Amino acid sequence: MTGKTQTPLVELRDISIAFGGIKAVDHVSIDLHPGEVVGLLGHNGAGKSTLIKCLSGAYRKDSGQILINGQPVEINNPRDARAQNIETIYQTLALADNLDASSNLFLGRELIANGLVDDAKMEAETRKIMGRLNPNFRKFNVPVSALSGGQRQSVAIARAVYFNAKILIMDEPTAALGPHETQMVAELIQELKAQGLGIFLIEHDIHNVMKLCDRASVMKNGRLVGTVDVNEVTDDDILGMIILGKKPAKAA
Amino acid sequence: MSDTGQGVQTAAPRRSLFETLEIDARLLGMLAAFAAVAIVFTIWTGGTFVGPRNVFNIAVQTVPVAIMACGMVFVIVARHIDLSVGSVLAMSSAVMAMSQAYWLPSLFGLAYGSPVILVLTMLIGFAVGTAIGALTGWLVGYQGIPSFIVTLGGLFVWRNLNWFTTNGQSVSLTDPNLLMFGGTEGVLGATASWILGLVASAVAVLAILSSRRNKLRHGFTVKPVWAEGVMMALIVGVILFFVGWLSRYPIPEAKLKRMFEARGETMPEGYTAMHGLPISVLILILVAVVMTLVARKMRFGRYIFATGGNPDAAELSGINTRLLTVKIFALMGFLCALAGLIAQARLQSHGNDIGMLEELRVIAATVIGGTALAGGVGTIYGAVLGALIMQSLQSGMAMVGVDTPFQNIIVGLVLVLAVWVDILYRKRLGLTK
Repeated sequence: MTGKTQTPLVELRDISIAFGGIKAVDHVSIDLHPGEVVGLLGHNGAGKSTLIKCLSGAYRKDSGQILINGQPVEINNPRDARAQNIETIYQTLALADNLDASSNLFLGRELIANGLVDDAKMEAETRKIMGRLNPNFRKFNVPVSALSGGQRQSVAIARAVYFNAKILIMDEPTAALGPHETQMVAELIQELKAQGLGIFLIEHDIHNVMKLCDRASVMKNGRLVGTVDVNEVTDDDILGMIILGKKPAKAA
Repeated sequence: MSDTGQGVQTAAPRRSLFETLEIDARLLGMLAAFAAVAIVFTIWTGGTFVGPRNVFNIAVQTVPVAIMACGMVFVIVARHIDLSVGSVLAMSSAVMAMSQAYWLPSLFGLAYGSPVILVLTMLIGFAVGTAIGALTGWLVGYQGIPSFIVTLGGLFVWRNLNWFTTNGQSVSLTDPNLLMFGGTEGVLGATASWILGLVASAVAVLAILSSRRNKLRHGFTVKPVWAEGVMMALIVGVILFFVGWLSRYPIPEAKLKRMFEARGETMPEGYTAMHGLPISVLILILVAVVMTLVARKMRFGRYIFATGGNPDAAELSGINTRLLTVKIFALMGFLCALAGLIAQARLQSHGNDIGMLEELRVIAATVIGGTALAGGVGTIYGAVLGALIMQSLQSGMAMVGVDTPFQNIIVGLVLVLAVWVDILYRKRLGLTK
């Protein structure tokens, strides 16, 4: 476990956001250290995705503070988040279906040569990174709509990895994947963690949480139920937190 | 083509001729349709249809719609629509007509026919078109009003503001500098056309070679050498044929005499001159090339296609989609003004009804050219070809004496047929879900 005394990589302090009177996130505070995977759990509508979208810039928080390496930052749109090396892999796979893999990987950050988009260079870079992440990937010149769920996911992950993310947000990265591809993502998470990235993982599958995460923060009805060290609790404890909204007595 | 063992990944599968040449099947379909139209009318008219004179006329008549169709591709790819292009054309044209005929001469006391007048006129006209487009884009992008509504409103507003600007009167335009843009009055002549055709051929060959070298440098597979050669030969052939054909269209003797008299000279006996390339067609080619470059090789174009494919993904990738919308419509407005300049120069006047119903022809040309109304898919060359096919049909039907109502009925049917065939084709290939 990483030392809790050092400055967290990310600290979300007292975040609130409401949509038309409904408090989707209600004074929630969580943090993330380098080389750590923090799971975010809760029922549908518990506010996990909404909370994390405040960090990725898709939503603007109503109140609260975001600190990166101890410094307060303003994140008002996805561009701000990218400037802080925050990369997000969305549940809905934010890919443009009509473009090919390399166009998607570099979307918004195209490589430019002589004022023009350098497609050949971008494809070469895409081949390099995909060779590392998913060596079986061959479909470089077709729109991503022609790819399988796993292939699409690896494009989305490659995008996050290529641009040297320090903070990675994964919103149910294995939801659309088969067992083999799920394993691939699990290995990748371990590798990125070893490289010192901090990862927020939104996940429904309790087994994946126990396997991949160091800590787990559970939300219910927009509020934080609690944060626990995964090693110190059982999966039943966590399920109890999700369903009943109660923190187990023994966990710190 | 024979099928060589499916699922064998190591051996490169044999591919069809068109796949090897990397010619888009949709482009092929359009070329076939265009060829069919040309062949039918050539036989029907006993050859007049493909004569240099008619080819010249069709080319010149296609220009305004084709220029606007280039902009419409971007608009539709980004999941918008612009119903106001005909009215914006009229509005820009009205401002340009009034500028050169009344405002500028009286305001600055500039002499009639001074090139300064035309330059200022063009700047004013382009500024008006671009500003109208930017306003539309702001209402759509930043205020969230559907583009269908904004531009439907614009169709009424700009058409009638055009009327108000000219008091509903036609403005006769005789400035020789302006008429250059119209077509028959502004041609390069045979020699210059040939030189330009050869230069264009050389550029096309060099572009293919440099693209191939770039691919090889990164170790990608390239087309076989013979396929590159065939493509080069095809492109160069089309360019030189077009140039050569227009260079065989003589300028009428009476007109040549007038041209000499205007310069205070007398025409030598037996003097002849050919039309060659019209300047308006050159402008269209320039617009199409630049727009293709923007679509394929620049961030602006890439973002338009990404936004059309998945607006949320574009937004989350850090693309400012609102500003993008403003830019797309501003560009559309600029192209409307450019088309307006060419249209008024060709007609040698600005009338109230200039560009009337042009929005429908522009959208039809774009859609026939393979741009999907659902967004994300479309090509510039397709739109230009679409405009050319429609103009050829109309011109051919007029030549063989089809009544006007039937001409319009057939154009309407062709539009629906083109999209229908495209849908059937995509279904058969399993391209649609």
